[in-house]
Amino acid sequence: MTTTEVPTAGGSPEPVPTSAAGNPIGFGRMLRKEDARFLRGQGHYVDDVNLPGMLHGAVLRSSYAHARINAIDTSAAEAHPRVKAVITGKTLESLNLAWMPTLSGDVQSVLATDKVRFQGQEVAFVVADDEYAARDALELIEVDYEPLPAVVDARRALDPDAALVRDEVEGRTDNKIYDWEAGDAAACDEVFAKADVVVTEDMLYPRVHPAPMETCGAVAHMDKVTGKLTIWTTTQAPHAHRTLYAIVAGLPEHKIQVISPDIGGGFGNKVGIYPGYVCAIVGSIVTGAPVKWVEDRSENLMSTSFARDYHMKGSIAATRDGRILGLQVDVLADHGAFNGVAQPTKFPAGFFHIFTGSYDYPAAHCKVTAVYTNKAPGGVAYACSFRITEAVYLVERMVDCLAFELKMDPAELRMKNLLRPEQFPYTTPTGWEYDSGNYPRALEESMRIAGYEELRAEQAARRADPAGKPLMGIGISFFTEGVGAGPRKHMDILGLGMADGCELRLHPTGKAQLRLSVQTQGQGHETTFAQIVSHVLGIPPEDIEVLHGDTDNTPFGLGTYGSRSTPVSGAAAAVAAQRVRDKARVIAATALECSPDDLEWEHGRWRVKGDPEQGKTIQEIAFAAHGSLELPEGVEGHLDASVVYDPPNLTYPFGAYICVVDVDPDTGEVKVRRFVAVDDCGPRINPMVVEGQVHGGLADGLGMALMEVIAFDEDGNNLGGSFMDYLLPTSMECPSWELGQTVTPSPHHPIGTKGVGESATVGSPAAVVNAVLDALQIRAADMPFTPAAVWRALQGRPLRTDLAIE
Amino acid sequence: MQVPAPFDYRRAHSLDEAVALLERHGPDARLLAGGHSLLPMMKLRLARPETLVDINDLTELDYVRLDGDEIAIGALTRHATVLASALLAEHYPIFAEAEAVIADPLVRNRGTVGGSLCQADPAEDLSGVFAALRGRAVVHSSAENRSVALREFHRGPYETAVGDGEILVELRVPVRPGAGSAYEKVERRAGDWAVAAAGAFVQLRDGVVADVGIGLSAVGADHFTCPEAEDALRGQEPTAARIAEAAAICRDRCEPTADQRGPVDFKRHLAEVLVTRALTRASRRAGGAEA
Ligand SMILES: Cc1cc2nc3c(=O)[nH]c(=O)nc-3n(C[C@H](O)[C@H](O)[C@H](O)COP(=O)(O)OP(=O)(O)OC[C@H]3O[C@@H](n4cnc5c(N)ncnc54)[C@H](O)[C@@H]3O)c2cc1C
Repeated sequence: MTTTEVPTAGGSPEPVPTSAAGNPIGFGRMLRKEDARFLRGQGHYVDDVNLPGMLHGAVLRSSYAHARINAIDTSAAEAHPRVKAVITGKTLESLNLAWMPTLSGDVQSVLATDKVRFQGQEVAFVVADDEYAARDALELIEVDYEPLPAVVDARRALDPDAALVRDEVEGRTDNKIYDWEAGDAAACDEVFAKADVVVTEDMLYPRVHPAPMETCGAVAHMDKVTGKLTIWTTTQAPHAHRTLYAIVAGLPEHKIQVISPDIGGGFGNKVGIYPGYVCAIVGSIVTGAPVKWVEDRSENLMSTSFARDYHMKGSIAATRDGRILGLQVDVLADHGAFNGVAQPTKFPAGFFHIFTGSYDYPAAHCKVTAVYTNKAPGGVAYACSFRITEAVYLVERMVDCLAFELKMDPAELRMKNLLRPEQFPYTTPTGWEYDSGNYPRALEESMRIAGYEELRAEQAARRADPAGKPLMGIGISFFTEGVGAGPRKHMDILGLGMADGCELRLHPTGKAQLRLSVQTQGQGHETTFAQIVSHVLGIPPEDIEVLHGDTDNTPFGLGTYGSRSTPVSGAAAAVAAQRVRDKARVIAATALECSPDDLEWEHGRWRVKGDPEQGKTIQEIAFAAHGSLELPEGVEGHLDASVVYDPPNLTYPFGAYICVVDVDPDTGEVKVRRFVAVDDCGPRINPMVVEGQVHGGLADGLGMALMEVIAFDEDGNNLGGSFMDYLLPTSMECPSWELGQTVTPSPHHPIGTKGVGESATVGSPAAVVNAVLDALQIRAADMPFTPAAVWRALQGRPLRTDLAIE
Repeated sequence: MQVPAPFDYRRAHSLDEAVALLERHGPDARLLAGGHSLLPMMKLRLARPETLVDINDLTELDYVRLDGDEIAIGALTRHATVLASALLAEHYPIFAEAEAVIADPLVRNRGTVGGSLCQADPAEDLSGVFAALRGRAVVHSSAENRSVALREFHRGPYETAVGDGEILVELRVPVRPGAGSAYEKVERRAGDWAVAAAGAFVQLRDGVVADVGIGLSAVGADHFTCPEAEDALRGQEPTAARIAEAAAICRDRCEPTADQRGPVDFKRHLAEVLVTRALTRASRRAGGAEA
């Protein structure tokens, strides 16, 4: 038997056996099971669903950011020979569906009735024989708009003369959604008053978009005979969607089947329910035929869930020798036209108040004011861990601003303030309980890989030459993530507690099926969850089928976002496997005619202590469990387990990132020379999958730091509505990522693992931005650092990156 | 999916047939070459030709060859072919340098030289290249073959000298022995259109600039060039100061517009920086100091 190396808690590899197919029986590198179909072009996405008699829908969208609708004339579209139905807000009003609840206690328009509130908003829905006719018919709909002044600049949204975005709400006189705060303002005042140094800085985390490769869509089929609605749809949370459809549309939940087939990327874009899905359902109800609706790229970028849009003002207080004393932040959050943020109910600003970061200081306070603007709704998406991205950006920028003021090396400043290993579990000033960590070790490791001292020496040498070009910058970011939402007593979405079900069933021959509530969008669940079961039960991963994405065939759970799959459903799978192993012990004892206490577990087998020849493999036990073996009183046959896992806490992965850039001061071009990422997500189930997640997240972070932004002109026109305008990074911009790791298991997770899906997206933007600003030797300027933004920053006239460039 | 408005499709099998189809279907017919400008615009319904005349079968328009003392490039030559052309690399490295930063390999495999010039996007790179080299365009109709100087080819954004029933068939560039050339572009990301771009050729005689051409893209330069800057450099030694002077003229003469790629002051600044760099490298190549 060959062995595969696997990093374990202590960091030393523990050999695990390899299966006949060459896979690790448990943790370790193996090719992704799902790739066999993806690489052959055999994936099956929503747009691949084709049903007999299926019709096609298209959405008419508003060209205005803000306009009253005086009238909609659909007669010409209805007269189109291939059009089957035209649905407007009026049609929906009659079904009480013109508005639907958002995930944040607001309502949002499905099809506009009174006015449109952002460019790209849904106004009408055409159902036709094919998508060409549907699109042609959109042009035949006449909407009489009366343009209104648009609220574009979030910083002006609360001006007394600002237009009112939500005038349909009785008694509303301004655009404020909420004021919310966390932490201790008085404690902050106290430390700020006596601090040697206080640095205050404004910064914008601009509106960006998750831009998954596959856009959103649905195929809805209401079967009039059975009364059952089946909807194939791009959702990261099939079960939550089913319940929401039941609540919103008043359909019986057992008559709704949500199928989320292969999903081409989510990043938070596919958490909520979009008007197009509801329209497809209504279209199917109205026509009696299945209706497919798949949005195009511009529709995805302009109307679906964006991310960030946080205008932040931070103040950091410290002693002259660099001990941080406190951090205070005011946030102006642009939520767009409807408060459609997807996050646990009790957390209106998501987990932003984890902004104290990875450092040890007593005082912290944040105040968040959210406003309506004439922009698309959304706000928690793009791998952000419920706004920890914004929080990490804030603290990591503020620490760099402090280093700038103190003329101190940013690595030294961080090292001085990082939480020490002995402080864990650590309760932060705003109430988060970090489960485990060894932060200095991770920072040291990243500095070792980067050759930090040599880099600083090179930089000093270059700076000594005043004509020296390009400008070299080194940026650091240390992040603490909080993932795996979450403990049900604290965390719910629309009243649904965030615990996950899981069912594990062994077949008589010892092959297994694992049914999950979470939904992979590319993360590799079909592989890693099989490895979790394999790790606990010793069954080869290829013998374990992972089933997910169909509400009729999987247990309830809240879905995949916020890096919650491994911390929550992964724990559920591990516990289910442990229960099966426990039951297998009893059955093995019966078969071996001994006491369960006499047995000990070796990988994949219960054996008699002191007589290792005597034992039963898990496969033998599975057969016996289904066979004629007489089982003890109270022990049922078969071998399966069903679990609902309620996580006791979040898990807190962390990492240290170092970015090296070269900036051409004459053209403003930034080249990322190196990027070192040391991640600690506990033990790695499949290191290759972890690295893939980290690679993707680093590219995301680099993209946001250097090119991604959805800006708006003064009329509220979206300036990022295509991939020529909304720039995603390519391999040309990405360096060869240099990855490292430390391994600190979570003490409360059954197999010690922490989520990693968003770590790199959360942690990397600040490293790139800090590197660029270090190169420019400027304290602050806003991303994205396009050539123009860099050049203007160098000139001391930084751009407002969220507005049209003039 | 973005889908275009309804249209009719015809495939031409010869140049004559293409012209005949254009004549038959009138001004609402459009030629389809690589389709990498036209089809995206049709999908967004910004372009709505009633008939597409596909000329991709006219392989006789796909060539790069020496023709007397000129290099001739067929209108249907793909970007990828230009990028790989040994003939162009020998005479004018500006082509490969520009092509390497036009779009991405997928677009370059389909997009054509003719389509690029006829699209007449103000940021089209090849327009700047041909303007720098003072090339000529050969425009064909059923009546005649006429030759138009590249610097008179563009009539404004998205407008060219190619009229109804006409086809651009060839681009011609004079061979200039010993000339050096170079291309410089700043983009926000690989595959993006230029924030600003500049190309140049320089011919030296006795250490003095005998001839020079400057091309500018994406900065609102009249006809993608700046003759005043060329005049300032012609007859001078290509010193840093002289080049800086010419570049400053380009900066002042161009008329960029602000967009999400950058504000006007930045684009002007880039015009200056990139012209400086292009002229410097082109002169060095002309002087034989750089390969
Ligand atoms: C993602 C992307 C990025 C790009 N980036 C760049 C870039 O950075 N720099 C750059 O310069 N270009 C860029 N382009 C444009 C690309 O180079 C051009 O689209 C392409 O080369 C145009 O050529 P085509 O053969 O595709 O033309 P088509 O799209 O087929 O045609 C364009 C226009 O020219 C007309 N036409 C075509 N051939 C002829 C002819 N022989 N006679 C008369 N009229 C004709 C057509 O009728 C149409 O109006 C990019 C394109 C894409 C899709």
